[in-house]
Amino acid sequence: MTTRTLISPAQLARPRGTFLYWTAFVLVLVVFTLVFIGPLYWMVTSGLKSPQEFARTPPTLVPEEAHPGNYADAWGVMDLAKLLGNTLYYALGALAFQLVLDVAAAYSLSKLRPALGNVILGAMLVTLMIPATVLVVPQYLTVLDVPIVERNLVNSPWVIWLPSVTNAFNIFLLKRFFDSIPRELLDAAAIDGASPLRTLRSVVLPISRPILGVVSIFAVVGVWKDFLWPMLTLPDPGKQTINVGIYSLAASVTENWLLAALVIASLPTLVIFLVCQRHIMSGLTAGSLKG
Amino acid sequence: MSAPALSTRQAPPPAPSPGAARSPRRRAAFRQALKRNLIAHGFLVGAVLCFSFFSWYPMVREFFLAFEKREDGATVWAGWSNFTYIFNDPAFWQAWRNTILFTGLALLLGFAVPFVVALVLNEFRHGQGYLRLLVYLPVMLPPVASVLLFKYFYDPGYGLFNRILGAVGLPDQQWLQSTDTAMLSVVIAATWMNMGGATLIYLAALQGIPGELYEAAELDGAGILRKIWHVTIPQTRLVLSLMLLMQIIATMQVFVEPFLLTGGAGPEGATLTVVQLIYQYAFTFNNYGSAAALGLVLLVLLAVFSAAYVRLSRVSEE
Repeated sequence: MTTRTLISPAQLARPRGTFLYWTAFVLVLVVFTLVFIGPLYWMVTSGLKSPQEFARTPPTLVPEEAHPGNYADAWGVMDLAKLLGNTLYYALGALAFQLVLDVAAAYSLSKLRPALGNVILGAMLVTLMIPATVLVVPQYLTVLDVPIVERNLVNSPWVIWLPSVTNAFNIFLLKRFFDSIPRELLDAAAIDGASPLRTLRSVVLPISRPILGVVSIFAVVGVWKDFLWPMLTLPDPGKQTINVGIYSLAASVTENWLLAALVIASLPTLVIFLVCQRHIMSGLTAGSLKG
Repeated sequence: MSAPALSTRQAPPPAPSPGAARSPRRRAAFRQALKRNLIAHGFLVGAVLCFSFFSWYPMVREFFLAFEKREDGATVWAGWSNFTYIFNDPAFWQAWRNTILFTGLALLLGFAVPFVVALVLNEFRHGQGYLRLLVYLPVMLPPVASVLLFKYFYDPGYGLFNRILGAVGLPDQQWLQSTDTAMLSVVIAATWMNMGGATLIYLAALQGIPGELYEAAELDGAGILRKIWHVTIPQTRLVLSLMLLMQIIATMQVFVEPFLLTGGAGPEGATLTVVQLIYQYAFTFNNYGSAAALGLVLLVLLAVFSAAYVRLSRVSEE
């Protein structure tokens, strides 16, 4: 089942080819592990060191004396429970808003086809072409005083939730997936007397699980990784996300505590990744260029 | 109840022509279409409202902001004065030089490294899952974590990188502290953090190349480099050019990495990028007009690349 690549199987089958293959393989394996896991290893172990040991040169590879208490101290001193809780709250809220509003919009644009639907879709896709950073300033001014409703959203969760819906890429991904659902299936539901909402719930959504999974993961990870927007719009330390909170506390705690905090902050997204890696990787390649 | 809504969705949008109201059959059809549209727009309304407030309105506002300024608590039309202000600001030219340097370096590293890595990974028949996982791992780290890690590695005193350089007999570097290496250091960190996505996309593209092409090249006596040049690159050209444009668009907007690594401007402004400058104008000096003007300049430049990107993706659709 191997597909042909640069190096021919005949070449690989020769003793010299086999030797070179395995040498290169082991080399790459070691180098990649060092380059990509090494920093994480350093982060975890440095979080275990005492301040004296952390500052020592040359650095110790394995902590001479492990202080797991650093993690508990960092947790308490930096109030990580609060920061993680905030981030989770924002992420789940953004997920809910995106799933409900973006799925509904994509379904409407794909299957209900309202008048001017293509214009609306086009206007949504245009936002993908405007560099996001250009919009940060006017977006910030907008949430300070939202027009018509005249609300200041700063320091409220809405400031994360509502703008997260304006994810044209998600809508596009979902619409393309819905487009691929055969018409007959929906027509059958309609003949059985199902309303559009019912059809969405009992026909479209169950088939769409893979794409919903991808969109959900990206929604949660997006909030978890965002930095500039929450830094601007959540200045209250009690309401900050883990990224912003750790950044603003970084200068005031010792290094070993800070590193312990970084490990704790990294765990949720790493766990999501390790659990959902197949979804993430397929979504990444499906959405990026076939789109 | 609303069963026909779906089965008649092929009907043309309602055209309230005078004739429609007269014939009862047409009137029924019109009401049907109206109902169908009301339902369809009902599904859209939440997203459209969000887009209106948080995307479309800010887009329009950005344009007006660039031509306005605050004077004695009132907003007045400023004409081109915000633009003349930023063009006369020495930081403007420095920011553009730095951004172009960053984009250039990021293309050398951030564009080439993932492609080479993908080429290498694609050759392995073992452990591909693990290697792919490794490469994508940093993408999932919160930026604060990866950036602060690199800050420690770059430390000229106890930093890991100078230890490694010392171990192989190379002189210590100042990394982020020196104007010569600050930008390169930022690019190295950014590449490590972000290369996973590009690598996986290249890998997918490489796996789509038909093996017969390589066989044919071998019959012609092509070595590995010639196979890359004559088969791999032409076969992945579209993906490569799309990624190139995406890289340019993304790196021109770089913010988080220099902001967290060097506090924004870096030594003597060596890592002050255009978006850093937008941020400074807006949130340090409260000069929204200049920030918006600079944003528009960036927008116009990036529009060229975006347009090229859209054209290319159309080609790839066909």
